[in-house]
Amino acid sequence: MVKKILSFSFLFLILILMYVPIFVLIVFSFTNTTYIGDWNGFSLKLYVDLFTDQETMIALGNTIILAVISAVVSTFLGVTGAIGAFYSKKRNRALVENLNQLPVVNPEIVIALSLVVMFVSVGNVIFHKQIFSFWTLLVGHVILAAPFVYLNVKPKLQQLDPSLYEAALDLGCSPRKALNKVMVPQLVPGILSGFMLAITLSLDDFIVTAFVRGPGLLSGENAIETLSTLVQAKIKKGPIPPELRALTAIIFLIVLIVVIGYTIYNNKRSTKVKKRRNY
Amino acid sequence: MRFRLQRKQLCIPYVLFLILFVIIPILFIVYYAFTDSNGYFTFDSLISFFTSTNKLNVLIQSLLFSVINTIVCLVIGYPIAYLLASSKWKASYVIVMLFVMPMWINFVLRTAATRDVLTWIGIAGGNHPYIATFIGLAYNYIPFVILPLYSTMLKLDKTQIEAATDLGCNRLQVFTKSIFPQSIPGVISAAQMVFMPTMSSYVIPETLSEGKIVLFGNSIYIGFSNNQWNSASFMAIIMLLIVGITMLVTRNYTEKDAKGGSSRW
Repeated sequence: MVKKILSFSFLFLILILMYVPIFVLIVFSFTNTTYIGDWNGFSLKLYVDLFTDQETMIALGNTIILAVISAVVSTFLGVTGAIGAFYSKKRNRALVENLNQLPVVNPEIVIALSLVVMFVSVGNVIFHKQIFSFWTLLVGHVILAAPFVYLNVKPKLQQLDPSLYEAALDLGCSPRKALNKVMVPQLVPGILSGFMLAITLSLDDFIVTAFVRGPGLLSGENAIETLSTLVQAKIKKGPIPPELRALTAIIFLIVLIVVIGYTIYNNKRSTKVKKRRNY
Repeated sequence: MRFRLQRKQLCIPYVLFLILFVIIPILFIVYYAFTDSNGYFTFDSLISFFTSTNKLNVLIQSLLFSVINTIVCLVIGYPIAYLLASSKWKASYVIVMLFVMPMWINFVLRTAATRDVLTWIGIAGGNHPYIATFIGLAYNYIPFVILPLYSTMLKLDKTQIEAATDLGCNRLQVFTKSIFPQSIPGVISAAQMVFMPTMSSYVIPETLSEGKIVLFGNSIYIGFSNNQWNSASFMAIIMLLIVGITMLVTRNYTEKDAKGGSSRW
């Protein structure tokens, strides 16, 4: 019993430690000081500052636009890639599988550097100017995410009933229609989790963004600033800017709501499945 | 003739994308690593890498950091994953989610928060760069260790553990003879989640040591920001080689493991 209490207190100690940095930021988002650790009374000024700070809002907008677009593109490529590879000949499938594994094991900084080197050379030789823009940034984020979409869809394909697609063809569907009406709907859970993963990978990325970004999006003529690059530039000179503490609190709240919602949704679905099995 | 869509043709765009933006860029890196700034073939980057004590030190230091961080994360994460997987508690899934949740807060922001809190309690990166960096690394990678370990441990063969106890093993022997061997695939995938990312990390050492500790990722970044494409490319190739070696080592291990598993039956 004592052993059990000891081991669980270790578990909860580590769990609490994981949240210390975040909770400290959240607590000090309700005061109005430059440094954490100083408290000069309750205030919501930082939240007002956050929403009036042009720079942060632009970075936030860029981050969200980029995350959504790159997630859509990588979901499309990952899903079609996984379906195509799954129904190819064994040798071709192994080839695609290995290709897909490359960016997964490749360190982010090598991906980033290799893309930069290529874009610089192509820009110099073919276009005679810098080609860094929103599009190069998009390519970088899709490279990061698409392989993981592929890996999320693959197990769902293995669970598919192969006769359904053939039945659809026999019943007069064109291949395209059979794909859209029969196969894709069954893959939806895998596609959704791949999409969500793609979004989080894009939101979190710093290295690739810092390497391959160019002017565009809300930043206009300047290099695209995402949340990661903005924060990195600011924390080089000093502590986290106070208004970003408010942003952390808001992000944490959103994450919390999404996680709770997802857990409830999952529980409901699993009880539904159980009920269905009971019949 | 009308074009008929076959399912296997669907992977063409993805394969083209991968070739264009993964394979060809790697070829570019190889090209840059073995040429000079005028585009002539040379071993300069290779020679300067292996003759510069500075760069070799960075390589050795990064390897050490990766090994130590992997061990630290495993030592902390392993008991947690085991406790969560073996408890009959229904809420253990929720606890796992709680461990993973901090990962959804922007990575750079989270790292900076760690630094600011450490500075507040007196472990500033300026004074204690090593301690601060190790805390930051462990903080960031522990969730990555818990997830694969947890899912492996859910599949532990409980009857084998019970049999070991019945046949007279003490607790330590049960662990070394039954639990640990069964969890090795999880340990390996957890180690993979930590080892290479630590070596190539840039933000964590840069932020937490306030620029005092340079790991391999940092030195590639520095090469990039100074437009030294050739030497940065060569370092990237070293990194790819290390990835390849770790893949080979772990693949041998899992293959052996699979064979051992089949011979057991």
